[in-house]
Amino acid sequence: MNTSLRLKSSLLSLLLLAALVMVWHVATMPRQALPLSATTLTPEQIEYQKMLGKDPAAAGASSAKSAGFPTPAQMGQTILRHFSDPIYDNGPNDKGILIQLAHSLARVGLGFALACLVAVPLGFVIGMSPMLYRALDPFIQVLKPISPLAWMPLALYTIKDSSVSGIFVIFICSVWPMLINTAFGVASVRRDWLNVAATLELSAPRKAFEVILPAAAPTILTGMRISMGIAWLVIVAAEMLVGGTGIGYFVWNEWNNLSLTNVIFAILVIGVVGMLLDLFFARLQKWVTYVE
Amino acid sequence: MWSDTQHRQNAALAHSLVAEMATPQKKDTHMETFLKVEQLSKTYVEGKPVFEGVSFGIERGEFVCIIGHSGCGKTTVLNVLAGLDNASSGHVFMDGREVQGPSLDRGVVFQGHALMPWLTVRQNIAFAVRSKWPQWSRGQVDERVRKYVKLVGLDAAIDKKPSQLSGGMKQRVGIARAFSVQPKMLLLDEPFGALDALTRGSIQDELIEIVRSTGQTVFMITHDVDEAIFLADRILLMSNGAKTPQGYVPGRIAEVVRNTLPSDRKRAGLHHLQGYYELRNHIVDFLVSRAKPQDDH
Repeated sequence: MNTSLRLKSSLLSLLLLAALVMVWHVATMPRQALPLSATTLTPEQIEYQKMLGKDPAAAGASSAKSAGFPTPAQMGQTILRHFSDPIYDNGPNDKGILIQLAHSLARVGLGFALACLVAVPLGFVIGMSPMLYRALDPFIQVLKPISPLAWMPLALYTIKDSSVSGIFVIFICSVWPMLINTAFGVASVRRDWLNVAATLELSAPRKAFEVILPAAAPTILTGMRISMGIAWLVIVAAEMLVGGTGIGYFVWNEWNNLSLTNVIFAILVIGVVGMLLDLFFARLQKWVTYVE
Repeated sequence: MWSDTQHRQNAALAHSLVAEMATPQKKDTHMETFLKVEQLSKTYVEGKPVFEGVSFGIERGEFVCIIGHSGCGKTTVLNVLAGLDNASSGHVFMDGREVQGPSLDRGVVFQGHALMPWLTVRQNIAFAVRSKWPQWSRGQVDERVRKYVKLVGLDAAIDKKPSQLSGGMKQRVGIARAFSVQPKMLLLDEPFGALDALTRGSIQDELIEIVRSTGQTVFMITHDVDEAIFLADRILLMSNGAKTPQGYVPGRIAEVVRNTLPSDRKRAGLHHLQGYYELRNHIVDFLVSRAKPQDDH
């Protein structure tokens, strides 16, 4: 029953994918009637086109390139090309896809780790103290909805290093969901468990690490998962702004090169990596979740 | 009326029972009384204390139940004894020392079992044992854990998580956890309230057996009259605070009933014992007609 359901859904997914590629293929098929064909033009017009650097006689040969949107076949070639040589470094504008990804992941990882270091302990304290919760709430509420990219100029001005600014932006966007979820998780630990901790005369560290932390862990992990999702969204935009390295910069660079195949390839890679990151946190979440 | 009959020491005359009217001013003069509660009161709304002048004592090894309607403040009394709540006024002394804050000396079995759901049965009890004896080795802790798990008959489920256990099994683990730290006193907050009648009965049997074999002092909240009669040496009847024509009367210990049924009573034959129905009727009458002086609900 369950396996047949899984089989059916997988089959449907594959069918949908096939249909999608089919539509794509049909939509990007090279058109026969080219607007600039040597046969339809007067000699003057041909001369004029040649002066503009476009050779109508050669147009037929290069039609695949001028068609604009890449075909699925071209996409496939590009993907193969990228994966056959993922790690190379031919200067600032030409790096292997894995190198770009590694740069992005390192920024996200670093910013996210810093956010964890700040948000989880702070969230713990806020969650334990209703007074602090209320005192800090207005700040959190105002700072939370700010687009992380809005911090960019300020970060660039104060930090004066584009790469570190990117990390800062990741930090600032990851910190809020984690902070709020940790505080909420800690504040809503069941009274009973705290009472048990009290009657067993637990020391404060034992109470924090052996009662409150495991009790709040699922909520904290949810916050982390949300944070990671946002961080991965933001890194692309941040790297487009900051430039230099990373998958976001790659997208922007390929746009400047007008290489849509590479842009589409990068989009796919961003999606897959984002999914893997989310899966990883989902796994962690499952690991700490308990059934009451 | 009930106070007229005074045969409190005579088990042979088990059919009689003694009820003492607990006067709020009554001071416990026994110095050797294990637990002394003096003039306890709790006020949330000024001028309308939930209960006031609650005083009673519990002897070492005694099993005392408290019965009353919801809202009379019996859970608050228990929480004050546990040190989890503060009374507005009054004092609690245990073993000659004033109770201040929670302590390993007073084990609590909570209404909702309060097991840590992320720990197994073994880990839940080990958690308590390690709190009491932090210097113990892993082996010592585990030995004690297994002893108490066996005591409540859960050997087979020792490595299960609470979510895999039935309500009765969870409550057994809660009891094992409370006993495992050898508290001087055990406080039970309506521990069987959520269980079905059959399970409740068998856990009552187990509880009373452990209590009798260890000489444990127990204070327990219950809603179940039969449960109180079966388990308790003494039963405190608590009335609700209520508006009367004379003004607001706070909740109090209206009466203390001494259980005169033989101390080796069995649950199965309980209702055949002489004096059982008198005792039961007396308590039920109290709950029905006197526990709430004016029906203001």
